Amino acid sequence: MTTTMSRASAAPAKQRPGDRWFSGTALAAGTMILVTLAAVAIFLIVQSVPGLTATSATASVLKTDFWDYVWPLAFGTIWASILALVMAVPLSVAVALFISHYAPRRLAQGLGYVVDLLAAVPSVVFGLWGILVLAPAVQPVYAWLNVNAGWFPLFSGTVSGTGRTIFTAAIVLAVMVVPIITAICREIFLQTPVLHEEAALALGATRWEMVKMAVFPFGRSGIVSASMLGLGRALGETMAVAMVLSVANIVTFRLFTAENPGTIPANIALTFPEAYGTNINVLIATGLILFVVTFAVNAVARWIVSRRKEFSGAN
Amino acid sequence: MKLNRIAQLGAVAAIAALALTGCAANEGTPGNGSSGNPSGDATTLSGELAGAGSSAQDVAVQAWAAGFQTTNEDATVTYDPSGSGAGRESFQAGAVGFAGSDRAFTTEEIAAGPFGACAPDTDIIQIPSYISPIAVIFTLDGIDTLNMDAATVAGIFAGTITKWNDPAIAATNEGVELPDLAITPVHRADDSGTTENFTDYLYQAAPDVWTWEPDGVWPLDSGEAAPQTSGVVAAVQGGNGAIGYADASRAADFGTVAVQIGDEFVPFSPEAAAAVVDASPLEEGRTEGDLAIALDRTPDSAAYPIVLVSYMIACEQYTDASAAGLVKGFLEYVISAEGQDAAAAAAGSAPISDTQRTAMQSALDLIVTE
Repeated sequence: MTTTMSRASAAPAKQRPGDRWFSGTALAAGTMILVTLAAVAIFLIVQSVPGLTATSATASVLKTDFWDYVWPLAFGTIWASILALVMAVPLSVAVALFISHYAPRRLAQGLGYVVDLLAAVPSVVFGLWGILVLAPAVQPVYAWLNVNAGWFPLFSGTVSGTGRTIFTAAIVLAVMVVPIITAICREIFLQTPVLHEEAALALGATRWEMVKMAVFPFGRSGIVSASMLGLGRALGETMAVAMVLSVANIVTFRLFTAENPGTIPANIALTFPEAYGTNINVLIATGLILFVVTFAVNAVARWIVSRRKEFSGAN
Repeated sequence: MKLNRIAQLGAVAAIAALALTGCAANEGTPGNGSSGNPSGDATTLSGELAGAGSSAQDVAVQAWAAGFQTTNEDATVTYDPSGSGAGRESFQAGAVGFAGSDRAFTTEEIAAGPFGACAPDTDIIQIPSYISPIAVIFTLDGIDTLNMDAATVAGIFAGTITKWNDPAIAATNEGVELPDLAITPVHRADDSGTTENFTDYLYQAAPDVWTWEPDGVWPLDSGEAAPQTSGVVAAVQGGNGAIGYADASRAADFGTVAVQIGDEFVPFSPEAAAAVVDASPLEEGRTEGDLAIALDRTPDSAAYPIVLVSYMIACEQYTDASAAGLVKGFLEYVISAEGQDAAAAAAGSAPISDTQRTAMQSALDLIVTE
C-alpha cells in the first residue's frame, strides 16, 4: 500500500522499455477481451432483431410468436442448471475440502489430478455415456420413485421408459461441472490464512468446527465464484444435453417423464442443420436470451459476493 | 538446459512454423469448381466435386464416391451430411456442385430461385436415386416381428394405444404373447426427412387417427425425442417396450413391424420398397429433368409403403462448365446398376428398377457438358 501511495505522490518515474512493453501488452490483452465480448454481443443483437419480432408467418419454426417459443427453452435451461448445481456444489465443496484439509498429502495430489482429468473429457463422450450407460441404469430408480413417491409433484407423471429425462441430463451436467468447481474451491481452501486455522484449533475446535469457523467464511465468495463458473458451463452445455434429453415443448417441473423442456443450446444444435432464413435469426435470438440470462446470473452472484466483501478473501 | 533469450525466441518461432503448416490449404476448396476433363466415358474424369445434404444418404454416397473414384482415379468426391435443409441451402448458394435431399425442391422454391451454381434461367435436375425403407423398430424380449395395420401404428405413435397387450395389437398377432408393458414411442427430435416420410405414410394411410399434416418436425409433444437416426436407435435399444422409426439399414438388431397392405402384412425389404416407388406417379407441373415423385402410400399390391426417397439435385447447365462433366459422370455412376448394388450392399437401400434408370438417364442427358 505504501509503495503505491508514494508512487502517486512523487513525480512519474522513468520507465524502461520493458515496463512500457509489458504494460502495453497487458492493456492490449484486456482490451482484446472486451473487444471480443463486444463483437459477440453486437453479432447476437444484430442477427437477433429479425428473430425477436418474427411470428409463425415469417419463421416456420415458431408456432405463435418468439416469446412463446423461447420461454420453455429458457425455463428448461435454468431448471436443468439449477438441478445440476444443487447436485454438484455440495459434492465439489466436499471433495475440495477433503483434498485441502483431510487427506494425506500424496492422496490429495492424486485425487486432485484425477478430478482435473474429469474436466478433460469431451462433452460428446459424456453424452454417449449418458444415453448408453446412465439412462438405462437410473430408469429403474425413476420407476420405483414414481410408483412409491408419486404423490410428490416432482416425481409424478408417466415415467420415461428409457430414462432420458431432465434429471438424467442434470446428473450428466453435474458430473461435467464438478471438476471446475472442485479445482477452484481447492485453491481457495488452501489459501485460508493458517493463523486463523491454528487459532481455531488452539481454542479447542474440532477439525470440522475449524473448517466452519475459519475456512468457509474466508472462502465463501470464492465458492460462489466457482459455482458461477460451473453454472456458466452448465447453462451453455450443448452436445451432452442434446443427446441425453428427450425434448418436448412444455414447461414442467416433473423430473422423470419423457416430456421435458429443452435447453437453448441443445435446441440450437438440433434445429440449426435444417434451419434457413428467418429461422436462423430466431435461433440466434434464443442465443441472445441465453447470453442475457447468463449475464444476469453472474451479476447477481457478483452482487452477493460484494455484499460481504470485507469478510472475504477477495481482499 | 539454459537457453538464452535468442534461443528462446528461435524455439518459439520454430514451433509456430511447425504448427502453422497444419493450416496448409491442400484439402481442396469446396465448390463446384473442378479442373475436370469434361469428356465422358472414354477417358477418366478428374477434379474435385463437393456435395452436401441428407444424412440418410451418407452411407450410400460414401459407397458411390468410393466406386466412382476407383474407376476415375484423379477424381475426388466429398460429401458433407449436414442435413437436407443445409444441403439445399448450400446448393442454392452455389457452394456445392450437387445436393442430396430427402425432399425435392418445391415448384415455388424453384421459381423463387436463384441457384448460384447454375447458369441463369436454366432448370435443375432432381433424380430420386436413393430409395430406402424406413423400418418401425421395437425392443421386446423374445419377439422379432409384429403385424400391425396402419391405424394401430398411428395410434401407438399418437399416444392413444399405450400398452403392448392392447386389443388392437393382439387382434393382428394371433399366438404371440404380448407383455403388459407400457409403450414408449420414440421420434426424431430434429427436423428430418425420415420423419417427413413416416408422417406422410401415417397421414395417407390412417387419416382418422393421424390428423396432423406431414412435416419434418414431429407434431406431437408426447413420447420420447432423440436426435438423429443413431439417437433413435440408441433410445429404442435402451428401453424395453420402446418403439421407433429409423432407416432400415440400422434395423438389423431389432424386432420390426410388418405393415398391412390389403389383406397381407408386408415386412420391409428393398424389393417391396422399390415396388412402391415404381407404382407412384411423377408430380405435376415439373420440368423435364425434374423427376420429383408424389408417393402413393396406400398401394394396391404388396409393397412396403414406409419408404424414404432421397433425391440428387444438380444443375442442367453450370456456370462453371468444367464442373458439369464431373457431376454428370458421378450421377451416371450413382444410377448405374453397379452403383445401386454398391449402395444396397453398404446401406441396405433398394436398387432402382430399369424403367426408373432409363427415365433418370434421360434427365441426366440434359446436363450440358462442353
